[in-house]
Amino acid sequence: MSTTSRITATVVAAAVGISALAACGTPGGGSDAKTVTLVSHDSFQVSKSVLAAFEKESGYKVKMLKGGDAGKAVNQAVLTKGNPQGDVFFGIDNTLLSRGLDEGLFTPYRAKGLEKVPAALQLDKGEHRVTPLDYGDICVNYDRGYFDRHKIAPPKTFDDLIKPRYKGLLVTENSATSSPGLAFQLGTLAKYGEKGWQDYWKKLKANGVEVVDGWDQAYNDRFSGSAAGKAKGDKPLVVSYASSPPAEVLGKKPAPKEAPTGVAAGTCFRQIEFGGLLKGAKNEKGGKALLDFLLSKEFQEDVPLKMFVNPAREDAKVPELFTKYGTTIGQPATLAPGTITKNREQWIKQWSSLVLK
Amino acid sequence: MGARRGRPARGTAVRLGLMAVPLAFFALFFAYPVVAIVGRGLKDGGQWQLSRFGAVLSDPDVVRVLWFTVWQAAASTGLTLLIALPGAYVFARFDFPGKQLLRAVVAVPFVLPTVVVGSAFLALVGRGGLLDDLWGVRLDTSVWAILLAHVFFNYAVVVRTVGGLWGQLDPRQEEAARVLGAGRFAAWRRVTLPALGPAVAAAALMVFLFTFTSFGVVQILGGPTFSTLEVEIYRQTADYLDLPTAAVLTLIQFAAVLGVLALHAWTVRRRESALRLVDASQTARRPRGPGQWALLWGTCALIAVLLLTPLGVLVERSFAGPDGYGTVFYAALGSAANADSTFAVAPLDALGNSLAYGAAATAIALVVGGLAAAALALPAPRRGRSGRTPLVSPFVRGFDALLMLPLGVSAVTVGFGFLITLDAPPLDLRASWWLVPLAQALVGVPFVVRTMLPVLRAVDGRLREAAAVLGASPWQVWREVDLPMVRRALLIAAGFAFAVSLGEFGATVFLARPDQPTLPVAVARLLGRAGELNYGQAMALSTILMVVCAAALLVLERLRPIDRSGEF
Repeated sequence: MSTTSRITATVVAAAVGISALAACGTPGGGSDAKTVTLVSHDSFQVSKSVLAAFEKESGYKVKMLKGGDAGKAVNQAVLTKGNPQGDVFFGIDNTLLSRGLDEGLFTPYRAKGLEKVPAALQLDKGEHRVTPLDYGDICVNYDRGYFDRHKIAPPKTFDDLIKPRYKGLLVTENSATSSPGLAFQLGTLAKYGEKGWQDYWKKLKANGVEVVDGWDQAYNDRFSGSAAGKAKGDKPLVVSYASSPPAEVLGKKPAPKEAPTGVAAGTCFRQIEFGGLLKGAKNEKGGKALLDFLLSKEFQEDVPLKMFVNPAREDAKVPELFTKYGTTIGQPATLAPGTITKNREQWIKQWSSLVLK
Repeated sequence: MGARRGRPARGTAVRLGLMAVPLAFFALFFAYPVVAIVGRGLKDGGQWQLSRFGAVLSDPDVVRVLWFTVWQAAASTGLTLLIALPGAYVFARFDFPGKQLLRAVVAVPFVLPTVVVGSAFLALVGRGGLLDDLWGVRLDTSVWAILLAHVFFNYAVVVRTVGGLWGQLDPRQEEAARVLGAGRFAAWRRVTLPALGPAVAAAALMVFLFTFTSFGVVQILGGPTFSTLEVEIYRQTADYLDLPTAAVLTLIQFAAVLGVLALHAWTVRRRESALRLVDASQTARRPRGPGQWALLWGTCALIAVLLLTPLGVLVERSFAGPDGYGTVFYAALGSAANADSTFAVAPLDALGNSLAYGAAATAIALVVGGLAAAALALPAPRRGRSGRTPLVSPFVRGFDALLMLPLGVSAVTVGFGFLITLDAPPLDLRASWWLVPLAQALVGVPFVVRTMLPVLRAVDGRLREAAAVLGASPWQVWREVDLPMVRRALLIAAGFAFAVSLGEFGATVFLARPDQPTLPVAVARLLGRAGELNYGQAMALSTILMVVCAAALLVLERLRPIDRSGEF
């Protein structure tokens, strides 16, 4: 072995040893009564200052575990039920709610401030196994510039989307792999019913709807109205959120008169997100305090700009960005959570063989 | 056994002793979680529901997935051999400036995480990618993108496995055949090809294994229409929570992988049969004549286009800031741009996490894999007086195959298995820092074993015996005889385990705690968010990861021992 190799070898060995030692010093996960653990999906966001205020006031340290997108996080919670990874779960929505309730994931608890949440959002009224924490609408977004240039009116409803003038303009997400994609499909189910939805999608397919795997690809790569895609996309219609137009304005100086994109209000499906105390939680008391915090005005007012959804509390102030550039959806489509859980897999399979093949 | 009764028995005891730790490790961190999650899917009220096989296998969607999995793996393997075999020849027989560097470079893709490669390929052949800008060529939704990415990943497997042996074949044998009147091609076909055959087969089987179980590439480049068995297991488990279907698919994949591994073990054994090997440095010489130069340049051009362009595009994008080229994205990585957010870790800290996880995973893989390799390399009890053929029992062979299995079992299966099994004291590891390195070590062990084994086997047993006769204890024998010979192999194994764990994504994304993301996890998170800054940061992080991997491999190239044909 030459001298250089010998030195290299020693250095490598030393580095490995030191890193291993450093690794041992890294604190492992502990769950003492001063720590409360929140299990959620990747999109969960909160301002550091808001969270710090809660930690200071309550004396609890909040640990966060995020497990993939909403569906995966719920499925992980189902798999670990009875011996959960944390104390509170955030982010089970109405499309997955009854799976969680049927599995008995949650311990009932009536969070403080629930009386400020509109009845329409309280899907577990009376039992309080879960608490509504935010809501948002999935709708078709349109690129204002495109429709101005071509002098056609943007679509407003599901029916519009199958009209010849909108042929080949829409990109949506795969129902099987993307929650906005599934929500859009559920919207068509709510609108056309068990009998008519497949027929609608046949027409949509004939009208050239394109399907991609995820929201990211649909919105950033394909939609012509998104800034992040630097307008490289060629589809002026995309399935996204009612809050996407305000997001397009965020940080723009000077603030424009209106958002560059708009929302087709007749194509919306409402998603409500819930949180709950996990059954078998190690720190139940801390979990209750955390749930109260999630429904507190401070957290609720932080929600719009962090996660781009609407607060569940009606007395939470919504930022000007939302009121000025957003659209309030008066009549979003909904389906009963039980119906969704019972049929979702079959619907997704039917949708896949109808649209993808 | 007759007069030698005492020694084989002791040999067996030593072998079992060495196997204890690896066996316990695999039982606890691999077999138990996997069996638990499969059992959860297939058991109903304590009864195995084997009828589910029929139900799943008669589903046309499943049949379609199976068919696609097999044919894309076969096509990827064929294409990789076609493209990489000339490269193997060039690396084996030619000597040229920059050869070491180039050898390291072609191995970089092999250890890169699939997220990075996926984004590199999208940047090259996707919508708005380089080819799209230049000629309007988009491959992102075609099967070609998948096949090319597979060639990109596995080029090094063929070059190293086949080229390693090719370099050691004595060229004089072929020359002798030509002197005896055989044509150039006939000589090659009769002499070199049969000698190379087993190595080619072994490389092909490894490529087939890697592409058969392909996950990230297919998920990112396949779009909604293409799905492999591995991707389907992930979807059935994580998206639908259809554990019965996932369990059936896992077992099918398991059976297929076992079959491939058995074939592989068989070809490797054939390769070890009598070949006259020489030092590789003596067989390589400067290319002669226009034909050989053309081959060398052709190979370099191919490597440039196929391997370097995607990596280059990645680097280019990482510097292409909103106001022209610059280091905006790199600066953003270090700064607290996301200060008021739960993405609490500056992306650059992910580098520190990755290195710490990697070091721990390497240490585990070295201990487990080193002991396993030592157990496998022990000379078997001899049959008869002159029998020099190692007589390996089926038990040892089974152990050998067991060590390779993690390469073929879906990371999500292992990850979900961890979640439901390692959840009670004293082994409540779900929130533990160690979960990630343990999972990464599972993937690192096969590389350690494959690197160490040939070297350990090559240690002349007579040296050990001589030392023992002179009164050395087993420990002294190991220290004085084996260690000096395997030190380099050990370092190379460490390097590979480290690089593999740096790039490991499937299990890590599942297990890594949100406050301690690794580099690939941070890249994936950045790619999943809207905005130009996030995309640029993802490219910059990928570039850093690539440079770290390349540097590690370059160090390894310098350490490479007098080449016994290693398998990686």
